[in-house]
Amino acid sequence: MTLRDLIDKLLGRQPASAGTARQRLRLVLAHDRSDLNPELLEQMRREILEVVSRYVEIDMDEGDVSLATEDRVTALVANLPIRAARPPGNGPAGSPGDDDPEPRFSARISP
Amino acid sequence: MTAQSSRFILICSGKGGVGKTTLTANLGIALAHQGARTAVLDADFGLRNLDLLLGLENRIVYTAQEVLAGSCRLDQALVKHKQEPNLALLPAGNPRMLEWLKPDDMRKIAAMVGEQFDYVLIDAPAGVEGGFRNAMAAATEAIVITTPEVSAVRDADRVIGLLNCEGVKPIQLVLNRVRPKMMASQEMLAVDDVTDILALPLLGLVVEDEQVIVSTNRGEPLTLGAGDSPAARAYSNVARRLRGEDVPLIDPSKERQGLRARIGRLMQTKIF
Repeated sequence: MTLRDLIDKLLGRQPASAGTARQRLRLVLAHDRSDLNPELLEQMRREILEVVSRYVEIDMDEGDVSLATEDRVTALVANLPIRAARPPGNGPAGSPGDDDPEPRFSARISP
Repeated sequence: MTAQSSRFILICSGKGGVGKTTLTANLGIALAHQGARTAVLDADFGLRNLDLLLGLENRIVYTAQEVLAGSCRLDQALVKHKQEPNLALLPAGNPRMLEWLKPDDMRKIAAMVGEQFDYVLIDAPAGVEGGFRNAMAAATEAIVITTPEVSAVRDADRVIGLLNCEGVKPIQLVLNRVRPKMMASQEMLAVDDVTDILALPLLGLVVEDEQVIVSTNRGEPLTLGAGDSPAARAYSNVARRLRGEDVPLIDPSKERQGLRARIGRLMQTKIF
């Protein structure tokens, strides 16, 4: 946040548009570069959540799988808050870890 | 000069109207003025305009089409610029050429031109379809030109992806139509924003300049005249950097003097 952003916020003004342009571009380019349409991304998100939930209990509503991009590298970023580890026997393998407040899992999908 | 040591530079943007042809014309004149034998190739067969910006529209006899068909020699088709004899234009042929033109045809014609010139600038059409791919086939390096607007940057990104796939490199960036005031008040994408997002080295910055319109009206590229406008200087500097000279770049949002500019800079301070 810049000084200008803070002043805009305090005065209830619309923030300067360059920041908005920057954010919108980053998002749209992440999608353009990966060639994934929103439908496929949604399907992948569901499947990833499904797999992860076999091992740990996750918050399905809070779970977020999205694309981020930096330096022409697009990364698939999944942010999955874990409620509790599945008791052994319920999941396919011994579930790792206890309640981690901010567990994250991320994977690069393109060089 | 053999084809190996000539440079075949594609000038492209993806989006139309961001300044490809204006850059090609001005860069061509500037390179020629600096002593390099330069040819500009109009690869925009659908909507050709390079002849018009160079003021050569009335001197075209043959085009790339006749050269490819073998019905004229290359030197008959090349239009030499009167004031800048180091520069020649190879005009685009009839738009119907698009129906049969292949990447190999463009390679062939660029190689022929390269035998006589140090620099071959290829003015690409807008878009990412066949016409662009033909133009790209003839190039070994590229200049991507864009403006600090979301649509232009997005389209530039598409084009960069295609150039990467084709192995065209180096790819360098020219940022056109920069408005320093808007950048200072953060109402326009900053120079760093664009270079970071596209991850390309910056070859030049051209500020918005009314003289560009005046010069296109006359068919006399800015780099041709003695007139010293900001855009003319910027184009000449692009040519010098392209030739390996170390000409420092300026950040327009940081160059401005006075109280307003200083307040503008203060406003850009990151607080958290």
